[in-house]
Amino acid sequence: MNIPDNLKYAATHEWVRSDDDDIVTIGISDYAQAEMTELVYVELPDVGRQVKASEEVAVVESVKSASDIYSPVSGEVVEVNTALSDNPALVNESPFDNGWLFKLKLSQPDELNGLLDAASYKAKISD
Amino acid sequence: MDTQLQRSPLHSQHLSLGARMVPFAGWEMPVQYTGIIPEHTAVRSGLGVFDISHMGQLLVTGSAPQAACNWLDSLLTNNAGKLQPGEGQYSVLLNESGGVIDDLIVYRQNETDYFLVVNASKTSEDFVWMQARLPTADVSLVNQSATFAAMAVQGPNSVAASRQLFSDNSVLPDRFCMAVLPTESGDVIVCRTGYTGEDGFELFCPVVDAEHWWQKCLDAGATPAGLGARDTLRLEKCYPLNGNDLSPEHTPLEAGLGFAVDLTKADFVGKSVLAQQKSAGLARKLVAIRQLDRSPPPRPGYAVFHGEEQVGTLTSGGVSPSLGCGISLAYIEQPHFTIGTALDVEIRGKRFPAEVVKKPFV
Repeated sequence: MNIPDNLKYAATHEWVRSDDDDIVTIGISDYAQAEMTELVYVELPDVGRQVKASEEVAVVESVKSASDIYSPVSGEVVEVNTALSDNPALVNESPFDNGWLFKLKLSQPDELNGLLDAASYKAKISD
Repeated sequence: MDTQLQRSPLHSQHLSLGARMVPFAGWEMPVQYTGIIPEHTAVRSGLGVFDISHMGQLLVTGSAPQAACNWLDSLLTNNAGKLQPGEGQYSVLLNESGGVIDDLIVYRQNETDYFLVVNASKTSEDFVWMQARLPTADVSLVNQSATFAAMAVQGPNSVAASRQLFSDNSVLPDRFCMAVLPTESGDVIVCRTGYTGEDGFELFCPVVDAEHWWQKCLDAGATPAGLGARDTLRLEKCYPLNGNDLSPEHTPLEAGLGFAVDLTKADFVGKSVLAQQKSAGLARKLVAIRQLDRSPPPRPGYAVFHGEEQVGTLTSGGVSPSLGCGISLAYIEQPHFTIGTALDVEIRGKRFPAEVVKKPFV
């Protein structure tokens, strides 16, 4: 199970990568994609939407079920991964890289401090 | 996992194959091994094997000629009287209001014995219902579900696989027929049926021989396939799933199972309701619905609209691995159930255009 050290994690299995100028990239963890199994549909938020931490912002669907994705932090959606509309399985193949979901411009950067680091997230999913 | 769940005789085989186990109809069963889509594709294009040990088997034996047959004909919609030894038919068990208790396959094993294969979730209910209606003499009913392990070998390569499983000169029974095949490991019941829409057979063996036959299926090149692929395969063929598409609230005529209903038979439980429905015309029908544009997967429970009027609710749905689009089944009120009718499926508050299409999808 891959859990990159340079990312922050939410208990609901999203990851956050800090880019530049309060921009973060958000996706779901390797653990989450494996639990979901092969994705067949990804519904992403509209660019420009203001989201709050813990708000439902996206939906990922496997053959069997649909799962809500919660934004780990607050901010404005500045970009979404449009490649997923044609190829949702990118999330399974590359959850931390090509399978990212959306980017936010943070409105409350301090919220990052409340997220789990890799070791804590690993401990959580090993429970 | 719930300790109340029953385990298949093949439980440890599933775990060693890395299966994801889920509760299903009171059993702990594999939903997938490597993935629903590859398992689905293996069955459509090659060979797959499903553990169906959870399914129920009921044996009906008559002590007098015709006794078992006449009794089954008083309970089931199809005409068991037409079965020759070795033949089987799809049939439906109804309640007094014509609603579906279970769909099943009844095989005439020999002159006097009938072998019924029923849904796992309904085995006890079927047994209790039938037992309460047993005549005092001449017919016996035995629940043999704990006796058998079962697997469904499905796909275009199933005939070739049967030669490897049994012997080179063994011959599979014809479609919808059964045979008792003698093998080095004892007799097995082989039925030329399945619920995937592909050629194939179901193998019933003593529980102690389950591992032996499972391994032979894998050695013959079958991809182990789980409940997930079983569901997408049957949905593409519009085979109804009891508990989703079949229920006590709907008759087999509404479910599109008229081919398994013989209204020319003498009375059977539920017949008068079906006869009345047939003469009055159906108020709703289980139809196949295909999403027209890119859409999230349609799922059971989603509402179906015609304009602003809700005309039904999805009972099954998902993405078709073969077609790559959303497909579903729903009971739709008349007059909106004719092929070509434009409908909308509401998914998370948004409407997505869809159309009633001819069955099956694939």
